Amino acid sequence: MANQNNTKPLNKVVVRFSGDSGDGMQLTGNLFSQSSGIAGNDLTTIPDFPAEIRAPQGTIGGVSSYQVQFGGTEIYTPGDKIDILIAMNPAALAANIRSLKPGGILLTDSDEFSKKNLKKANYEENPLEDNSLDDFRVIKAPATFLTKEALKELGLDNNAVIRCRNMFALGVVYHLFSRPLDATVLFLEMKFAKKPLLAEANTKALQAGYSFAESTEINSLSMHIPPARLKRGTYRNIDGNTAVAWGFLAAAEKSGKKLSLCSYPITPASEILHELSARKDLGTIVFQAEDEIAAVCASIGAAFAGNLSVTTTSGPGASLKSEAMGLAVIAELPLVMVNVMRAGPSTGLPTKTEQSDLNQALYGRHGEAPLVVLAASTPDDCFQFAFEACKIALEHTTPVILLSDSYLSSGTSPWRITTVDELPEINIPEYKGTAEDWLPYQREPETLARYWKYPGQAGFEHRIGGLEKQINTGNLTYEPVNHEVMVKLREEKIAKVADKIPAQEVIGAQSGKLLVVSWGSTYGAAKTAFEELSEDGSKDIGFTNFNYINPLPSNTEHMLGQYDEVLVCEQNNGQFASFLQSKFPSVKIRKYNKIQGQPFFVEEIREMIKHNLEEPSHVG
Amino acid sequence: MLAEVKPHTIAYKRTDFASDQHVRWCPGCGDFMILNTMQKVFANLGRKKEDLVCVSGIGCSSRITYYMDTYGVHSIHGRAIPTSTGLKLANPDLSVWVSTGDGDCMAIGGNHFIHAIRRNIDLNIIIFNNRIYGMTKGQSSPTSPEGIKTKTAPEGTYERPFNIGEVAIGCGASFFARVPDKDYKMLEETMHAAYNHKGTSVIEVLQNCVIFTDGIHEQITGKATRDENQVVLKHGEPILFGKEDAYGLVLDGMKFKKVKASDVSEDQLLKHDMHEEASQYHLALARLQLPDFPVATGIIRNVEDVSFDKRVHSAIEAAQKRTSFKNTSDLFKSGNTWDVVG
Repeated sequence: MANQNNTKPLNKVVVRFSGDSGDGMQLTGNLFSQSSGIAGNDLTTIPDFPAEIRAPQGTIGGVSSYQVQFGGTEIYTPGDKIDILIAMNPAALAANIRSLKPGGILLTDSDEFSKKNLKKANYEENPLEDNSLDDFRVIKAPATFLTKEALKELGLDNNAVIRCRNMFALGVVYHLFSRPLDATVLFLEMKFAKKPLLAEANTKALQAGYSFAESTEINSLSMHIPPARLKRGTYRNIDGNTAVAWGFLAAAEKSGKKLSLCSYPITPASEILHELSARKDLGTIVFQAEDEIAAVCASIGAAFAGNLSVTTTSGPGASLKSEAMGLAVIAELPLVMVNVMRAGPSTGLPTKTEQSDLNQALYGRHGEAPLVVLAASTPDDCFQFAFEACKIALEHTTPVILLSDSYLSSGTSPWRITTVDELPEINIPEYKGTAEDWLPYQREPETLARYWKYPGQAGFEHRIGGLEKQINTGNLTYEPVNHEVMVKLREEKIAKVADKIPAQEVIGAQSGKLLVVSWGSTYGAAKTAFEELSEDGSKDIGFTNFNYINPLPSNTEHMLGQYDEVLVCEQNNGQFASFLQSKFPSVKIRKYNKIQGQPFFVEEIREMIKHNLEEPSHVG
Repeated sequence: MLAEVKPHTIAYKRTDFASDQHVRWCPGCGDFMILNTMQKVFANLGRKKEDLVCVSGIGCSSRITYYMDTYGVHSIHGRAIPTSTGLKLANPDLSVWVSTGDGDCMAIGGNHFIHAIRRNIDLNIIIFNNRIYGMTKGQSSPTSPEGIKTKTAPEGTYERPFNIGEVAIGCGASFFARVPDKDYKMLEETMHAAYNHKGTSVIEVLQNCVIFTDGIHEQITGKATRDENQVVLKHGEPILFGKEDAYGLVLDGMKFKKVKASDVSEDQLLKHDMHEEASQYHLALARLQLPDFPVATGIIRNVEDVSFDKRVHSAIEAAQKRTSFKNTSDLFKSGNTWDVVG
């Protein structure tokens, strides 16, 4: 941990800001992340809000927190245990102290530890005054008092003054990492452009915190995190849901198609709908439907009309959409459905993360109804895979399901801003013959993609729908062999997507004892665990992360076959492991599952890998 | 009403809109007349064929999409309206026609029906109301009259039926018409009026199912009884019915009362005004039912209101005018960014 006497160079740090939901912890955390990005660090963040919209003030249920891990190396997770905890009140302390590492720094607002507040947090004694925090380095900052002092000339009411305490705390933390204040001051000036007094108040509080740290013993706790080696470019922090929305916008611009989004609000996918609702300025056509079924059907209508069409949802909504997704399969229309997964079944744990809708994405339609399934791995690569989902949908005239999850949706990581020029081309199969020779289910030979013709194009009038189609003509037919031919054809069309996607890559040992497999958001913890073990000298393990789930990359079987055993880490009861096993029966697959609504800790996966290396046939 | 149609710019024949698919309805089905009329109307809209789209759900009615030589989507049960909504918003220049049935639209698709009307999206919705599930072979529908025997109510139905006009107008419909399947002239005129109406147009066709509910609308539409039992509404004219238009309607407190037209002065007789903004009068007309009153047909309500598609695209235009973003790059680089030079 951060300690001047620590000889090991400090390469990454986990900070958690916590306070009452009215204390502005999300903003504080965001600003700190921003400053870490500017300092050249890589980072990953995760927020944690109370489940209730307005939980009682000062209670443990009302604690809001924001965790960031940043460092001079690549950062794939928001971190397991905390190095620095900011607890603005007793409830925040009670809710988070168990996650603080021994020797970690605890910054509190000691003015908030009144009898009344202690009682709300179920403390009988003041923990700042008994010996219960002896394992930590505690900074008892009279933040409320000092903020009031700093702002007393401004003539603000008490509430407005109190609301600046978060900037005081931020000032203290900035000092710990020798961060400049100017970017935050600029931000405050912009945020409060219409209320310059508030801009001034927040700035003064920030400076007061910084000065407090400078003039007290905290000074000795200062630490330096070197910048990470990141690719040259312009960066910004982005959360997974915004990245998905922006990926769609980029795909629309790249393909020259109008973007239609038809969705119904659902946690944790709604922010994609929110962001694109605000993107009318880029021409996005957004429809908030009356229900999930209407949303997907409207998307099918928009796809038939010739737009780049997307619908966004989470598990319960995906269940409602499944009949219509079958229509999209048989109609062979380009359509992207995003499932930002949450813990199920049914309403489950709606604010908690899980990867348990994989089987639903793969198999959750009646009849033989294959489609493409992709999964994003980090908040920033949600952009890349949203774009990729659109590209595949348009190039192969097929529905595509993109899986994200609650963890990715609200977590942030720095995104190297990608302009549309840098993105790969989207080549929609183009029919080059005359309208007279064209048939509604005629296909591009290479991909088997149906040529997409839509209203407004003269001479190509045709009907599509849910009834089985005659090969090529698309006419209705109950002819027995035709149905089998069409089922196989639709399957082959999806299988051919594998010709266009990148080969699956392994880092570490290319063959040997153990291959660690992750997919989607399990990537961060699994990769970090793998890297830590590699640094410690483990040579027999490889690591691979899947983003292309169906079809799998064409080298998958060969790759898995290079290892004695394959350990699949996922946040469900073993769905991807079973999928791989069903495809490749000879591979020795082990499952490592966590189904607690919480992402894996790096430590958990690291220990499981070690366990598997030591006792190869113990689990499985 | 035909006078409102835009001048012909393109000459089509009815048969230009007949697809090459074999029409599979039972001989004598009321659907044939709807199909023929639709093809004729489409030929006379003065609209390019490629700009017309037919969308349907599931049921006998919904097969019509395959028989119309236009762009078309035969979607899934109950979902013609949302499919059309996405389509119309995606390309508001298209003329979109929904064909649906009383089961498809009022039961499984009921939620979409009320919300389309609430939004007033510019769709032409034709409901083939035969008051029964035909394709699935004779189960009660939401419009089956109380007491009729069906496969699911062998002793007679005991559910209260929907009056489609009442539901539509109750939800704020800007256009509602009711047309007997025997009156192709009225249907033709009504379809033209629906086409010209910018908003959700609902046309309920009293359609006969020869297999399961044969003659269910006969009292209203049959030659022998229609004068007594049907009041054909004409905008601007007194509401008259019966042999030689002997009867009319007057207001009695808050209710309609049937009177002999000769017993009251002409200005006491109710006149039909389909453009009246307030809907209670249209609602009352839609609710008229046998045996106390004749059933109203024709265009009951046709009022102007901004369509949803227009609102959506006006909002997009306004946002594009306001913004400083020309493309995604402007958006991506807005706000807090930093450079890594390494």
